[in-house]
Amino acid sequence: MDFNLFWSSLGPMALGAIQGTIPLALASFAIGLALALLVAMLRISRNKVANGVGRFYVSVIRGTPLLVQLFVIFYGLPALGVKLDPWPSAIIAFSMNVGGYAAEVIRAAILSVPQGQWEAGHMIGMSRGQTLLRIILPQAARVSVPPLSNTFISLVKDTSLASLILVTEMFRVAQQVAAFSQEFMLLYVEAALIYWVICLILSTAQSQLEKRLDRYVAH
Amino acid sequence: MSPTDGHGNAVLRVRGLNKSFGSNTVLRGIDLDVPRGKVVALIGPSGSGKTTILRSLNGLETPDAGTVTVGARGTAGNGAAGGAGAGGGAGAVPQLPELTLDFGAKVTPREVAALRDRSAMVFQHYNLFPHMSVLQNIIEGPVRVQRRPRAEAVAEAESLLERVGLLEKKDAHPFELSGGQQQRVGIVRALALKPQLLLFDEPTSALDPELVDDVLVVIKELAEEGWTMVIVTHELAFARQTADEVVFMDGGVVVERGPASQVLRTPREERTQAFVRRLLHEI
Repeated sequence: MDFNLFWSSLGPMALGAIQGTIPLALASFAIGLALALLVAMLRISRNKVANGVGRFYVSVIRGTPLLVQLFVIFYGLPALGVKLDPWPSAIIAFSMNVGGYAAEVIRAAILSVPQGQWEAGHMIGMSRGQTLLRIILPQAARVSVPPLSNTFISLVKDTSLASLILVTEMFRVAQQVAAFSQEFMLLYVEAALIYWVICLILSTAQSQLEKRLDRYVAH
Repeated sequence: MSPTDGHGNAVLRVRGLNKSFGSNTVLRGIDLDVPRGKVVALIGPSGSGKTTILRSLNGLETPDAGTVTVGARGTAGNGAAGGAGAGGGAGAVPQLPELTLDFGAKVTPREVAALRDRSAMVFQHYNLFPHMSVLQNIIEGPVRVQRRPRAEAVAEAESLLERVGLLEKKDAHPFELSGGQQQRVGIVRALALKPQLLLFDEPTSALDPELVDDVLVVIKELAEEGWTMVIVTHELAFARQTADEVVFMDGGVVVERGPASQVLRTPREERTQAFVRRLLHEI
C-alpha cells in the first residue's frame, strides 16, 4: 500500500468534506428541520385532512430508500420536464428525507410534554400557537436533542449517496482517486476515518448541547 | 362603581351546567353563584365533578350545556376589582363588560379567551413552566398576552413575590423550589393576570403535609383582601375558616350548600354527614 497516497489524498478529501459533505449536510438538515416542524404540526393537528397529509408524507419518506428518492429527483424528474442540477437535487432529497424522520421525533417530543403545560399556557391566556411556541417547543427541544442528533449523524454519512448523482463531495473524491490509483482499500478506509472523525465531533457537540439544555431540569 | 349587570353583586353565575365524558355523566345541572369578594369552597368525594366545574370556569373543559356568566368589572371599586392594591398600586385594572358563555350553543375561541381574561387558575400540580425563571413564569401572561409594559409587569411581580415571601427566589427555576414554594409562585402567576375570579384546584393536595400551611395562609390572606375565589379542596378545616359558602357535591350534583360552618359542622344531608365525618376522623 502506498502510504504517501494517504497523505497526498487527505487534502483533496478534506476539501471534499468541507466543500461538499458538510455544507450539504448542514443545508439539508436546516431545511429538513423546518419541514419536519411543519409536518409535526400537521400530525398533531386536530384537522383530519391535515393529519392525513402529514401521515402520508411520513409514510412515503420512511417507506422508500433514500437512494431511490435521490434517483427519482435527479434522474426521474427530467422526464416531467424538471431538470435539476446535482446540488439542488441532493439538497431537496436529503431535506425531504430528514423532514420525514425528524417530524416523528418532534411529534413525539411535543407529546412528551405534560398536558398541564398546555393548560397553564391556556390559563395565562395564550392561544394554541403561542403555547406551542413559548411553552411546549422549548421543553420538547430538550427531549429531541438525542434523537435529532442521530438523524443528523445519519445524514452526514448518507450524503455519500450524493456521489451517485455526481455531487462532488468527499466520497466522490475518494472514488476518483481510488479509480486512478487502484488503491481501493487505502482510500475507502481513509474516507471511513474522515466520516468517523466528523461524527465524533458531532457527538461531542451533542453532549455539550444536552448539558446546556439540562440546566433547568430536575434530575 | 356599582355593577349594572342585573345580577346583583355576583361575579360568577353558573346555570344548568352539564357535562359527560362518553357515557359517564360528571355534571348534572349545576348552579353556582359567587358574590363579589366571596369565597366558595367545593368539597366532595373524588369523581363528584368539582374539578370539572372549576376547569369549565377557565375554559379548560367545555360543558355540554349550561351558561357561565361573569359580571362586569368597573374601573375602581373597593376591593371589587379583586385585591385592589395587590399589584403595588401600579396600573389600574382594565374595565371588562359582562360575559356570558352559553355552552348549549357553539362556544367560540374568542369567548373562551374572554373567559380566561376574567378567571385565573392555580393548579394542583402547580404546572409552572420549568424552562423559565420564577419571574418569567409570572410576567409571561401579563407581557406576552396582555401586552402590558415589561417594567410594570416586573415591578408588580416582584411586589407580589415579596408578599408571599419569595422575592429572593425570583431568578430561580421551578425545580430549585420546594412544592410549597412552587405553589406560591403558581398563586402569584394567577394574581399577576389581575383576574376577577381566582380558581384553586386542590392547591395543597400534591404538597408534603408540612408545606400545606404556607400555601393555605396565602390563600386565606387573599380571601381577607376581598378576592373572589372558588376553591376545590379536601382541607375541611381550611374551608371552614376561609370560605363564606361551602358546596358539597356528589355524583355530579350539588347535594348541599350553605354557610361554611353550617355545612361542615351541622350538615343536613346524610351524604354530607358521612363525607365530613370520614374526612375529619379517618387518617
